[in-house]
Amino acid sequence: METVSADVAIVGAGGAGLRAALALAEAAPKLRIALISKVYPMRSHTCAAEGGAAGVIKPGDSLAQHFEDTVGGGDWLCDQDAVEYFIGEAPKELLQLERWGCPWSREPDGSVAVRPFGGMKRMRTWFAADKSGFHILHTLFQTSLKYSSIRRFDEYYVTDLLVEDGRCRGLTAIEMRSGQMRRFDAAAVILAGGGAGRMFPFTTNGAIKTGDAMALAYRAGVALKDMEFVQYHPTGLPSTGTLLTEACRGEGGVLLNKNGRRFLQDYGMGPETPLGHPVLKTMELGPRDRVSQAFWHEQRKGNALPTRWGDAMLLDMRHLGEKTINERLPLVRDMSISYMGVDPVRDPVPVRPVVHYMMGGIHTDTQAATPLAGLFAAGECACVSINGANRLGSNSLTELLVFGRRAALSAIEFVEENQARPVSATLAEHAQGRIRELMQRTGGAETVAGLRREMMRIMEEHAGIYRNGEGLAAACARLGELRRRYRNLELHDRTNVYNTDLLQALELGAMLDCAEAVVQSAAARKESRGAHQRLDFPERDDRNFLRHTLALHAADGPPRIGYRDVVITRSQPGVRDYSGAHA
Amino acid sequence: MSPRPYVRPISAREWVFRHPRYVRYMVREFSCLFIAGWTLLMVWGLKQLADGPAAWAAFLELVKTPASVAFHGVTLAFAAYHSVTWFNLTPKALPLQVGERVVPDWVIAGAHYAAWAALSLIILLWTL
Amino acid sequence: MIQLEVLRYNPETDQEPRFQRYEVPFRDDWVVLDALNHVKEELDPTLSYRWSCHMAVCGSCGMMINGEPKLACKAFLRNYPGVIRVEPLRHFPVERDLVTVIDDFVAKLARVKPWLVPKEAPGAGEYRQTPAQLKRYKQFSLCINCMLCYAACPEYGLIPEYLGPAAIALAHRWNRDSRDAGRESRQDEIAAKEGAWECTFVGACSDVCPEHVDPAGAIQQVKIESTIDWYQAHLTPWLKNEK
Repeated sequence: METVSADVAIVGAGGAGLRAALALAEAAPKLRIALISKVYPMRSHTCAAEGGAAGVIKPGDSLAQHFEDTVGGGDWLCDQDAVEYFIGEAPKELLQLERWGCPWSREPDGSVAVRPFGGMKRMRTWFAADKSGFHILHTLFQTSLKYSSIRRFDEYYVTDLLVEDGRCRGLTAIEMRSGQMRRFDAAAVILAGGGAGRMFPFTTNGAIKTGDAMALAYRAGVALKDMEFVQYHPTGLPSTGTLLTEACRGEGGVLLNKNGRRFLQDYGMGPETPLGHPVLKTMELGPRDRVSQAFWHEQRKGNALPTRWGDAMLLDMRHLGEKTINERLPLVRDMSISYMGVDPVRDPVPVRPVVHYMMGGIHTDTQAATPLAGLFAAGECACVSINGANRLGSNSLTELLVFGRRAALSAIEFVEENQARPVSATLAEHAQGRIRELMQRTGGAETVAGLRREMMRIMEEHAGIYRNGEGLAAACARLGELRRRYRNLELHDRTNVYNTDLLQALELGAMLDCAEAVVQSAAARKESRGAHQRLDFPERDDRNFLRHTLALHAADGPPRIGYRDVVITRSQPGVRDYSGAHA
Repeated sequence: MSPRPYVRPISAREWVFRHPRYVRYMVREFSCLFIAGWTLLMVWGLKQLADGPAAWAAFLELVKTPASVAFHGVTLAFAAYHSVTWFNLTPKALPLQVGERVVPDWVIAGAHYAAWAALSLIILLWTL
Repeated sequence: MIQLEVLRYNPETDQEPRFQRYEVPFRDDWVVLDALNHVKEELDPTLSYRWSCHMAVCGSCGMMINGEPKLACKAFLRNYPGVIRVEPLRHFPVERDLVTVIDDFVAKLARVKPWLVPKEAPGAGEYRQTPAQLKRYKQFSLCINCMLCYAACPEYGLIPEYLGPAAIALAHRWNRDSRDAGRESRQDEIAAKEGAWECTFVGACSDVCPEHVDPAGAIQQVKIESTIDWYQAHLTPWLKNEK
């Protein structure tokens, strides 16, 4: 098997992966970096993020306030030492991006502009119109082209981590173009492969968000932490599920039920603020979990607007005016017109909550290191945890940068202190054997599309915004069944060149693993907190559940569930108050 | 198995007719043949002028023939088409930004048309 | 129901590409990408194509649809009466089915040095850039690298050495950024014969660009600016370029 030798291998070339590569290239120019991605870097889903990235820069704001907003927003499940580190690094990272040429939107005096965002008491979200993720990704990618030490492997799908003697020593990956498997020997591996929202049928996530990196770490024995916390973004398009940024509300957009009422005031986020003058951290600028949950309740009450794609609410931006919309929300306008046939300048846009982000992921410490020596993780695939039970909008893009860099620095330290030693050949051969078996299997009764559809149905039905014990138990059983049926999967395409039937089969395997972790963790958490809401346990239970859930992979069964205490430093669990009273 | 990418052949006949915009482009470019021909005719005229009154008179007769008039008509049409497309494209090559506003395309193109009209008027009056 | 006619090619089994017909349901909110996903899920899992975001920002799904370069996620079925012909992006070699080999494009992006060459050392905070200065290059920074412009450009089709619209527009984006001082270092690539001067202003690139980047405009601006640069460098080398 052809082997590539590197010092650090990075899996995933989105915001976190590219930031890690840049940090490595700048801090340790002699290190050989293999940047491996199943897509070309500019296709990474970072490009779809719209609203912005949070970092304290304006007078009147403070790190303490960013800390408070984040920890409260996460319903106190955030590790506060990690949040401390995160908010401190945030402004430096965003500034570094600017110095690399990122086209941040500006104030008239030329300084960087910030906009309001959900759950934040002060304005601190840096933005580039409503294509912030796109510009961040392209700035990082184009800057990475400067460094010859970054060797890219575009359209390589990583199938396995190579672990020997308690240490991660590399990985195997399929070169999509030829179908050939390659072995990568690396002294350290950084996983930055993104989340797994595609396990749900209705999501803002692109096709590539299939939890591959999470599954890699999981199968290598690293715990997936807090997987039950799945974020619903309140304003996705009912037709395609794609995202209309929270910035719509940051700029003053309001949410209406079918009767034209700004219903959020009925769910503890009132009183109603004047139209066009949003007040931070209340009403439409409440946190995503609360807003999505309010919609769910309105739906039950019969107040949702029926559309041919299901129930929706209305996002009204007419009062913002054409000039503001064109300047600050051009992509939103384009998407509403193209995919919904609605012009937000003239009419309110139907929207509904859609799966958007996974707070949970690969368990890492505050230095982005996993418990497996030599393995690091950053970005959505990781869980440090800075987001706790619910992430505030615009913390994620910053997270990519802060922990992408942190993972790189940790990897450098590790590589300097630990001699590399290639794994024995049998490990890679084993990985290859697994793929060959799948390719050659005949007589199977299952198809990729069939199993995937069932998985999505299970997640939608039982692991949505509100869950209950019965539903979760059913989901656990049914997903376990799918896990077994997956072994009976037969491919239709057995050729080698760019075989997307094989690719989707492997992605499905990753999603099934992640999905089981989600529902098992959710079933075990008998409380409601942040984005995990249970009808049978509607209250938060700090006595028993102020802890992170750890899901550990089992060879042929459901994951083993364990717990880990949350790190509390200076903010004791309190009440999340998004009413106007706190203003 | 190493991949064998397939390179699709391309020919002039194939690409020009993929879309009307390519045909319009070729018409615009084709205008150069007629304008080049007209330029050669003018050079010939200069030579005839240098060769004396008889040669010059013969040149004027040539220019008045129906074939020549037809040729001039077609060339004028081509030249006008080229000028119009050129003026309309100029704002793309010479954008003008004043503060945060970009001067609209029609202003820049319009300025060219206006200058064209003014110059034409001056030359017409001068030759009358 | 409607019909898709899709170009198929598998180097392991085919000498050359061939068309294959599929019948898919017609839904007026569907785009060609939705139809292709239906084909892959219900009819023929062997069909290979690239896609991801379904919102015209990742640039993966560029294809020829009825002979025009389009993003499959933005080509609505309701706009195409009759059989819809779907082919891989023109002017790139076909790797497999609708997947093209884009190595040439990726290499060209890198050649134009698309990164900030700082004009001045950074101070304590950010470089100052007014909204007017941002506007000067903003539209050229919107390129999603979908390569529709390369598929539309007959120059690139006939002369593969040509740098191409997106690469030159990207160089121009950096040249026009008020924080950048790298124009001279990009000159060799964009002012070369295979650079901007290969362009004869067909303008097809700007016609098909889904993000309204206007690469054709960028290329003409590069022609003018690099010409002025060249004369300045040779006639008045003691003068520095002002942005």
